[in-house]
Amino acid sequence: MNEGEPQIVVKGLDMGYGSFVLMRDLNFTVRKGDIFIIMGGSGCGKSTLMKVLIGLKEPSRGQVFYEGVSYWEAEAEEREAIMKRIGILYQSGALWSSMTLAENVAMPLQQYTTLNERQIKDAVSLKLRLVGLAGFEDFYPSDISGGMKKRAGLARAMALDPDILFFDEPSAGLDPVSARLLDDLILELRDSLGSTFIVVTHELASIFAIATNSIYLDVETRTMTASGDPKKLLHESSDPKVKSFLTRGEEGLQSATGGQREVTK
Amino acid sequence: MVNPQAQPTNQGAEILRIVYPHDDSVLLHLSGNWRIGEEVPSSDDTIASLSGRPGLSHLAFDTAGLGNWDTTLLTFLVNLKDWCSANDVVYDTQGLPPGVRRLIDLASAVPERKGVRQEIQTESFFARVGGRGMNVVSSIGETLEFLGATFIAFLRFLSGKASFRRQDLWQFFLESGAQALPIVSLISVLVGLILAFVGAIQLQAFGAQLYVADLVGIAMVRVMGAIMTGIIMAGRTGAAYAAQLGTMQVNEEIDALNTLGVSPLEFLVLPRMVALTIMMPLLCIYADIMGVLGGFIVGVTMLDIGPIQYLIETKNALSLTNVWIGLFHGAVFGVVIALAGCLRGMQCGRSASAVGYATTSAVVTSIISIIVVTAVITVVCNILGI
Repeated sequence: MNEGEPQIVVKGLDMGYGSFVLMRDLNFTVRKGDIFIIMGGSGCGKSTLMKVLIGLKEPSRGQVFYEGVSYWEAEAEEREAIMKRIGILYQSGALWSSMTLAENVAMPLQQYTTLNERQIKDAVSLKLRLVGLAGFEDFYPSDISGGMKKRAGLARAMALDPDILFFDEPSAGLDPVSARLLDDLILELRDSLGSTFIVVTHELASIFAIATNSIYLDVETRTMTASGDPKKLLHESSDPKVKSFLTRGEEGLQSATGGQREVTK
Repeated sequence: MVNPQAQPTNQGAEILRIVYPHDDSVLLHLSGNWRIGEEVPSSDDTIASLSGRPGLSHLAFDTAGLGNWDTTLLTFLVNLKDWCSANDVVYDTQGLPPGVRRLIDLASAVPERKGVRQEIQTESFFARVGGRGMNVVSSIGETLEFLGATFIAFLRFLSGKASFRRQDLWQFFLESGAQALPIVSLISVLVGLILAFVGAIQLQAFGAQLYVADLVGIAMVRVMGAIMTGIIMAGRTGAAYAAQLGTMQVNEEIDALNTLGVSPLEFLVLPRMVALTIMMPLLCIYADIMGVLGGFIVGVTMLDIGPIQYLIETKNALSLTNVWIGLFHGAVFGVVIALAGCLRGMQCGRSASAVGYATTSAVVTSIISIIVVTAVITVVCNILGI
C-alpha cells in the first residue's frame, strides 16, 4: 500500500440529482503517487463522483479535502488554486471544437503561465508528441478519429504538468494496443513526475496493470462496498459482487451475467 | 439460431398441445415454426387455460416437433416462466432446446433493479401543476442570474480583463454581419414593397399616392426595419448560438472550460453578445435603406411618382428622431436575441433532443421578447411624445 501523504480526502459524501440519492456515505483517501481506480457497474455514479471531485457538481452532503482544504467551502481564489493543479481527461475528450489541437493544448498554458508564444509552441508540440500526435497541431477536433481525440484530450490534461490527473474512462474507444500504451504512459508519468491519478474505468486489464488503490461503488446498496488494491481485493474480498466484478462474473455472485450456464430447474 | 431458409408456415397445423399427464403436472408440446410473422398461440391464453387447473405444481415441455424459432418463442416462454415463479410452479426446461435454455437463463440472470420503476411513476395532477409552477419560478431565477453574470462579464470586457479569443470575435462579426446581408436585403425590399402596395390602395382613393413615400419611409425606419431584421437574426443567429453552445454542453466542452477556470460566459457568451449587439443597428440601417428601395420601386413603376420626387418626399418625412428610435430598437433586439440564444444554449441538457429543444426555445424566446420590447418602446415613445 502506498504510504504517501494524503492528497484528496473524501468524508461522508452523499450525492444525487434533486431528491434522488445516487450514492451515500463515501469515505476514502487518495495518497500522493496513487493510481486510484473508481470502479463499479454502469450507472452506479462513477462519473458523477468524478464531477463532484473536480468541482463541477456540488455534493448533497459531505466534504472533499484537497490537502486539507475543503473544496466546497473554499473561497473562489482557493478553488482556482486547487483547479490549477488538476488535469482532466473527459470521457469524450471534450476538445474545444472551434480550436485546433495546438490551440486546445495551448489554452491552459496561456491561461495560467507567463510563457511567451515560442515557449508555448514548444511545450504544445512536446505534449502532442508524448501522446503520439506529432504533426497534428493544425488539425481541428472534427478532423481526427475518436481515439486521437482522446489522446489530444490527454495532451491538454497534461499541459500544466498537474499534480493530480483525472481520467474518465480513458481506454473506452481505444484499440488494445493504444489502451496498453496509455497504461504505460500513466505509469511513466507517475514515476517521473510523481503525479497522482484518479481513473474511472471498468477495463479490468487496465485496473490490474496500473491500480495501487481503488473503491468499488455498488449500485444496489448505493454506497462503496470495498476499497483497496484491486489485486488484493481479487483474492481477499469477501463481497461476492466485488469478486464477480473483478473476475468478469466467473466467481462470486451466482446471478451475475455470464459464467453460470447451469440449467434452471 | 434462426434458420434463414424459407419454411412452410404453420397454417392448419397444431403447434401447441397442452397435455396433463398427472393431476399436478402439465406438459406443453411445441411444434412447427415459432417465428415473427407466424400464427402462434398467445401466452395470455395459455396462462389462462393453465390457471383454470388448480393444484398444478410442475410445468414441462416437449419440443420434438419444434421447427425454427426466434424471439417469438422466447417471449412466450419467459412469460410462462414469470407466471410459474409467481404461482410456485416448477418450471422444467429439460425438454427445451439448449439454445433456448441458455437465452432464458440469460434473460433471468440480472434481476430487475429495485426502486427504478417506482421512481418513474406518474404524479398526481396537483403535483404536476405545483412542479410546473416551481419550474417557472426557478427558471426566472436562472434567467436573472444569467443576466447578472453576463453584465459582470461585460464590465470585465469593458475594463479589458475578460478572457476570450480576438479571432472568435471577428468570426462572430462576420457571421452576424456581412453574411446576413443577402437575406436581410431580400426580406426588407419585399416588406417595403408590401407596405407600399397596401398603402397605395388606400391613398389612391384620395389621390394622395405621393404619401406612400412617407408611409414606407417612416414605417421602415422607425420600427419595421428593426423588427424584420430582429426576426431574421433570431432565426438565423440566435438559433445558431443556442445550437453551438448546446452542442458544446453535450461534448463536455463547457465543463472543460469551467474546470480550467475560464468563465464560459466570458469565453463563449461575451464575444457573441458583443458581435450581435454591434452588428444589429448596422443591419437595421441597411434594412431601412432596402425597405425604402422597395417602396421606391412601387412608387416609381406603379404609381407614376417621379424618382426625385419620391426621394425628396421620403427625406422630408423622416426626422433624425425616427432614425434614432429605429437604431435603439435594433441595439436592444441585438442584446435580447444574443441573450436568449446563449441562455438557452447554456441551459441545454446533454442529448441531441436537448439541443433541438434549446434551439427552438431560443427562437421562440427571441421573437416573443422582440414583440414585447417593441410594445414597451412604442408606449414609452408615445408618452414622451416622440
